[in-house]
Amino acid sequence: MLESNSNKVFKIFSYVLMSVLSITAIMPMLLLLTSSFTDNTTLVMNGYSFFPEKWSMENYRYILNNSTLIFNAYGVSIVLTATGTIIGTAMTVLMGYGLSKKDLPGRKIISFILILTLLFNGGLVPTYLVYTNVLSVKNTFWGLLLPGLLMNGFNVILVKSYFVSSVPEEILEAAEIDGAGEFKKFYTIALPMAVPIIATIALFIGMGYWNDWNNGYVYISTKTDLYSIQNLLNRIQQNLQFIISNASTSGVGQAANDIPSEGVRMAISILGILPVLIVYPWMQRFFIKGITLGGVKG
Amino acid sequence: MKTRKLKLIKKYIPIYVMILPGLIYLFFNNLMPLPGLVLAFKNYNARGGIFGSPWAGLQNFKYLFANDAWYITRNTILYNVAFIIVNTTLSVLVAIVLSEMTSKIKKLFQSAILLPYLLSMVIVSYLVYGFLSTDQGLLNKLLVSLGGESISWYAEGKYWPFILIFVNAWKGVGYSCIVYMSTILGFDRAYYEAAAIDGASKWQQIRFITLPLLKGTVVMMTMLAIGRIFYSDFGLFYQVPRNSGALYSMTSTIDTYVYRGLLEMADINMSAAAGFYQSIVGFILVLGSNLLVRRKDPDSALF
Repeated sequence: MLESNSNKVFKIFSYVLMSVLSITAIMPMLLLLTSSFTDNTTLVMNGYSFFPEKWSMENYRYILNNSTLIFNAYGVSIVLTATGTIIGTAMTVLMGYGLSKKDLPGRKIISFILILTLLFNGGLVPTYLVYTNVLSVKNTFWGLLLPGLLMNGFNVILVKSYFVSSVPEEILEAAEIDGAGEFKKFYTIALPMAVPIIATIALFIGMGYWNDWNNGYVYISTKTDLYSIQNLLNRIQQNLQFIISNASTSGVGQAANDIPSEGVRMAISILGILPVLIVYPWMQRFFIKGITLGGVKG
Repeated sequence: MKTRKLKLIKKYIPIYVMILPGLIYLFFNNLMPLPGLVLAFKNYNARGGIFGSPWAGLQNFKYLFANDAWYITRNTILYNVAFIIVNTTLSVLVAIVLSEMTSKIKKLFQSAILLPYLLSMVIVSYLVYGFLSTDQGLLNKLLVSLGGESISWYAEGKYWPFILIFVNAWKGVGYSCIVYMSTILGFDRAYYEAAAIDGASKWQQIRFITLPLLKGTVVMMTMLAIGRIFYSDFGLFYQVPRNSGALYSMTSTIDTYVYRGLLEMADINMSAAAGFYQSIVGFILVLGSNLLVRRKDPDSALF
């Protein structure tokens, strides 16, 4: 059957639209990449460009040679992401599984607390005071790990719905008749069946940690060895603004020298994106699945 | 009855152990800060702490509403409205177009547009800077080469609504179109086959089948977004304008205001009052929108 003209137009429209959008999505990252490989004087003189006059590896060489801070930040990001993802995912899945037991005494109260946390929060100031004054996380690794990112009600509800809809009660009951306890039922039956949702939750939590700069900004003020890569990038930018806005004060020249050049900053950004790009092809499947599973809730 | 319940509790002891870590976390992270909301009515000093500090009545609110409440509320709501309109339109368009595609390149397109969603806002702000930097930015280079004047983007507020709406769409559409796409893929193909046999073009199929069927999801997503209209993506409004003071009137939202109050001006009272204002109005809106959603479709409601 021949395709009608109007359908052809639709096809062309689709491909043109998606090509434009895809290029728009990727282009800024390409600019970041080319500028990280641009010679520094060229960057200052000619500005950002997709086709720099003079290419150079100096920015990456700079990072390799004199920046323990950057490597350290990388290490912090990796350790933080790994720890947060493991603990957070475990807590979320365990709680979600628990709440999927319909006849659990006290389930209503726990669900109510969970929903309350979705509806209402104390906001930044009270949260900040609890974490600094009561839990004393300021300038410790806990300050990066604990506030906000570890677990949230949405994910728990997502996991709970998954267990309710995809792990039939009958299978668990059959295991119970065979003498399995609650732990064993969870471990040997429910957990293996929940791999897709676990991967999705881990992905969301991991992304939250890897991309987080906020906790580092709020809770890490003096300990530079606890800077994650995102926090480091943020600090560099903040210092830059501070220097620009105080340009007349003395001693600024020295401080300005300590700030990595624009090209180096772009190279650090590339390093910050790199791990995301590496895992992306494997993770995209779970990512889309997770959003679809969560449906509107996602 | 009672013994049965006790037996159940005993049977479920391992389950309680499983729930406990999450519950403890929620207690510290979410519940313990709640009493701190009274801070909005206090004159905070570090020695007295949250409960020892003297009461200030409505003083903090009087000050807040006499000065900044208007523009931060305006910005928060108007930006959200613009985001909802622009992102929903684009997401639905992309979802429809992608779901009609059958070739392999579809996956490539989807990967490309989802990619920005995975970047942190700090890195996004570096990306934006590459385009908007006054001296080195690509956009000014382009303007000048076309014979125009270069613009100090980070000093002129009037451009920022467009910039932020663009950045938000750039970052978010790849994500939000997934929900619509999975909805469309769930539609019964028989409708389309029947329409095709009757000679309906793709455009007509979209106009008379896809859009009407998708309407429910769009309404649902929009209502949920309206529920969040008092909250803003803090990173977007703080990082992307590089916290530039000249842009505050156009880029400050309630979230960035609370943040600056606490960490930059050390004005905890003002910050607490703005946070309280956001918590209360936000609570009412989330609750209200969820009730509406629940009435229409219980499965889509948050709770």
